[in-house]
Amino acid sequence: MSDKLVPDIAFDRVSTGFNGRNVLREVSFEIASGEVLCVMGRSGMGKSVTLKLIIGLLTPEAGNISIKGRNIVGIDEDALLQSRRQMGFLFQSGALYSPVSLADNLALPLSRFSKKSTQEIDAIVQTRLDEVGLGKERYKMPAELSGGMTKRAGLARALVLDPCILLADEPTSGLDRVTASEIDDLLLKLKEKNKTTMVIVTHDVREARLLGDRLAVLDQGRFVAIGKLQELESSGNELVRALVSEENCHAR
Amino acid sequence: MNSPARSFFDLIGNLGIFTARTVRRAAVPPFELLMFWQQIGDVGWKSLPLILSSGFAVGLVLTLHTRSTLIRFGAESYIPTVQSLSFFSDIGPLVVGLLIAGRVGAGIGAELAGMRVNEEIDAIEAFSLDSFKLLVVPRILACIVALPLLTVFIDIAGLAGGFLAERISSNISLHLYLNRAFSEVEWGTFIAPTLKTAVFGFIIALVSCWYGYTAKDGSVGVGRAATNSVVTSSLLIIIADVILVKAIFFLFPGSAV
Repeated sequence: MSDKLVPDIAFDRVSTGFNGRNVLREVSFEIASGEVLCVMGRSGMGKSVTLKLIIGLLTPEAGNISIKGRNIVGIDEDALLQSRRQMGFLFQSGALYSPVSLADNLALPLSRFSKKSTQEIDAIVQTRLDEVGLGKERYKMPAELSGGMTKRAGLARALVLDPCILLADEPTSGLDRVTASEIDDLLLKLKEKNKTTMVIVTHDVREARLLGDRLAVLDQGRFVAIGKLQELESSGNELVRALVSEENCHAR
Repeated sequence: MNSPARSFFDLIGNLGIFTARTVRRAAVPPFELLMFWQQIGDVGWKSLPLILSSGFAVGLVLTLHTRSTLIRFGAESYIPTVQSLSFFSDIGPLVVGLLIAGRVGAGIGAELAGMRVNEEIDAIEAFSLDSFKLLVVPRILACIVALPLLTVFIDIAGLAGGFLAERISSNISLHLYLNRAFSEVEWGTFIAPTLKTAVFGFIIALVSCWYGYTAKDGSVGVGRAATNSVVTSSLLIIIADVILVKAIFFLFPGSAV
C-alpha cells in the first residue's frame, strides 16, 4: 500500500468508557494526511477523550487506533513515546509544565529530541513564541501568565517539534476575538503551508467553518455526522444542523 | 466491599508495582540529573532550617527531662552519653523521617497531584517525555540521598541543644561534654541508624509520588493526596523503624545498648 493511501489517523470500532459509562461506542473514522477534521458536540460527549486516545494517553476498551498505519493499542511504553513524537497536542488548559519558565517549556522537548545546539534551540523557541505574540514573555513562569497567554503558549509548545499531526482541544476557547483570530490564522497557515494533519475540538462554529476540511459531530458516544460542511448543513439531524449553522456562528 | 485490611494490601501492592516501575525507569538513560539536583535542593537544603531548629529544641528538651531523672540516681554525668546514644540511634533518624514526611511528603503529594489534575503530566507524556523519569525517579532518589545527610545535621543540632541545657544547668565545658557524649558511641551506633533514614526517604518519596501521580477528582484530589502522603508515609516510617531497629541489633549487636 502506498503512503498516500494510508490515513494519518484511523479509528476502527473504538469503544471506551469510564466508571461504567460508555463514552465512545464503536467509533470508526479516518483522517487523511494534511486533512483537518473539526470535532463538535455538546460537552461531555467524548471529544477530548477522542484526542487523548489518538495520542495514546488513554487506551480504548475495544477497537484499534492506527497512526500512520501503525496500530498503537497495546504497544509498549517506548514504542508509544516514539509514536507521540510525530504529534503535537494543545490542551484545553494549556497545561504548561509549571516548575520551569515559558522558554524552557518549549526548549525541553527540543533539547531531548533534536541534535540542535543551545543557540539553535533558543532561536526556534523565540520564533515560536513570536508567532503567538509571547516573544517578550519568554522568561515568565507559567503561573505568571493569563489564561489566554497560557493557551497561546500551549500552542507554541505543541508546534515546537514541527509535528505532522496537531491535536488541538478548544484552541480558542476563553480568548478574546482578536487573539482567537490570530490563533486561527496560525492554524490556517499550518494547514495551507505545512499541510499539517489536524484534529480540532471546538465549540466555535466560525473556527470549524474556517479550518475544517470535514466536520464531525459527536453525540451519545458516536459520530452522528461526519462530512463536509454542506453535508452537515443539510443533515436530517437537528443537533447537527444547530451546531454547524451560520446563525449559531453569529449568535456567538 | 473495601475493608481497611483490603485497602491496606491494595496500597502495598500498588506501591510494589510503583517501586518496580521506578527501578526499571531509573536504570534506563537519559538520567535526569538536573531534576535530581533540583530535588536535592528542595528536599535537603530547604528542609535544613526546620531540621536544625527542631533538632536543637528536641535535644534541649530531652536533656532537661533526662537530667531530672538521672539526678535521682546520681548519674548526671551520663547525661551527654544518654543524649548522644538516644539521638544517634533513634530519635534523630525518626524525627527526621517524620518531619520530612510532613514537609516534603505533603509537598510532593500536592505538587504531583496538582500537575495531574491540571493535565501537566498528560502534557509531558504527550511530548514523548517519560513523566515517570522526569517527575518520580528524581524525587525518590533525592529523598534517599538527602535524609541520611539531614540526619547528620539533626544529630549535631540535638547535641548542641543538649550542650546548651547542660551548660546552663551544670556549667559543663564543651570539651568535657563532647568527651562524654562520644565515649560510648561506636560506628555501629551511628552509621547504621543514619543510613536507615535512606529507607525512610524512599518510603516518603514513594508513597507521596504514588498518591500525587495517581490523583484524581480535581482540587479535592490534591488535598487528599497531600493528606494521605503524610499520614501513610508517617505510619510506614514507624513500622519500618521497628523492623530496621531489630535488623540493626541483629547485624550490629554492639549497638544494642
